[in-house]
Amino acid sequence: MNAGRTLATAGRILTQIRHDPRTIVLLLVVPSLLVGLVAWIFTDTPVFQSIGPAILALFPFTVMFLVTSITTLRERRTGTLERLLSMPLGRGDFILGYTLAFGLLAVVQALLACAYAIWVCGLDVKGDPWLLVAVAVTDAVLGSTLGLFASAFARTEFQVVQFMPLLVFPQILLGGIFLPRDQLPAGLKEISDWLPLSHAVDALNAVSTNSHDAAYVGGQVLIIAAFAVAAVVLGALTLQRRTA
Amino acid sequence: MLNSPDAAEPAVVIEGLRVRRGRADVLHGLDLHIPRGQVVGLLGPSGCGKTTLMRAIVGVQKVKAGSVSVLGQPAGSAALRHRVGYVTQAASVYDDLTVRQNLDYFRRVLGAGRADVARAIAATELEDCAGRLVSSLSGGQRSRVSLAAALLGSPDLLVLDEPTVGLDPLLRVELWALFHRLAGSGTSLLVSSHVMDEASRCDRLLLMREGAVLADATPAELLAETGAADAEGAFLALLRRRHARHALPDAADDADAGASTDVGEDAR
Repeated sequence: MNAGRTLATAGRILTQIRHDPRTIVLLLVVPSLLVGLVAWIFTDTPVFQSIGPAILALFPFTVMFLVTSITTLRERRTGTLERLLSMPLGRGDFILGYTLAFGLLAVVQALLACAYAIWVCGLDVKGDPWLLVAVAVTDAVLGSTLGLFASAFARTEFQVVQFMPLLVFPQILLGGIFLPRDQLPAGLKEISDWLPLSHAVDALNAVSTNSHDAAYVGGQVLIIAAFAVAAVVLGALTLQRRTA
Repeated sequence: MLNSPDAAEPAVVIEGLRVRRGRADVLHGLDLHIPRGQVVGLLGPSGCGKTTLMRAIVGVQKVKAGSVSVLGQPAGSAALRHRVGYVTQAASVYDDLTVRQNLDYFRRVLGAGRADVARAIAATELEDCAGRLVSSLSGGQRSRVSLAAALLGSPDLLVLDEPTVGLDPLLRVELWALFHRLAGSGTSLLVSSHVMDEASRCDRLLLMREGAVLADATPAELLAETGAADAEGAFLALLRRRHARHALPDAADDADAGASTDVGEDAR
């Protein structure tokens, strides 16, 4: 691993994205639009106030998962990954380069979505709004790293898109958005404890209601980060220099 | 001994290389030496195992048995990643970057000097489109970008998989001149092609068919030995000879020598 090569890779990915303004707009604007839609649906009800924070976890996570899994799959398919692996690029350089580049985009995306939710949609955050941003960013980074990992198991774009319902939907269903997690049937509650998105939703709710201190939120962020690190390590293991 | 570390040591030494892809053997027990500082042509029909052999030399191919040693080290070892340049058949460059941005990224991965980018662009005559996105280039230009990327960092061994496909004749001549200049400065090159008329441009030829090497000789030796007028003719002569030998026991006790049509389906 080498910082220069990691940064070169991150810079290269950001330059690629810069050449694609439509993707930038979609990445940055779509989560805010969806947050706005949810707020609109639940006008005059207290629902947005209760699920709004969770929605902030959901959209960046999903969007980053899709974008990253497809970009890395493309890299595997066009032969550029094979070229890089025949060069002195470490597998960690490659994965971390991606994580950095998409992490940076995730920061901007999460900032916009949180600002939109608070200032435009009137989401009332009792705790520190910056904690909200921190959780949303970690969550978006987790989405990218899971996307990287998933792309290893797909041969085509069609397959990789199917990983979204497989890896992402169960987390949404069990994450406490549809039903608070403590009301889930026995068994499902325990499963949901092991899903990273549940911890993101818990943390965001804690911030918006100010029901826990910053240490609790930090602990949840660490759990999410641990999942992200695990996905990075597993993703690096799936990059084989030699293939059949 | 072959593994004495003197300058005449071959660039690539392959012993008993077997590669299996899916259910079929693609290479069955290949033995091969590729000399240093020469342009070696790897010729053979599509599907004969050229790309697999090249991948094994670069060290990105899983092999079943045998050894591949490159510049005195096992193929694919970390120390070789600076010293071996590889151009895949499809241009492996980023569509959504300009030519210069592509080369600059690969240069940074290799840790090569900044001036290398301009040098590689000049060598492949891409000056006019250096600032253009690769997605807007023609097929021939894209494969030149891929070649330019392999020239970065001045590797000791260049493995080029069909680098001249789809190029206009003038450019092809110029690229072959470039290959010989590189060989003159000590680079070893392995260049594959399925176009037989490129054979005469090589210092040495490897003719492959169905995962085996039919001939390993200089173009002149090959023509002299087979009595053919060109590489295509030599290839055919070798095939006939090989097949005749194959069919000999059958032909001896059987008048029906017409079994020559089952030379074999192409191994994938």
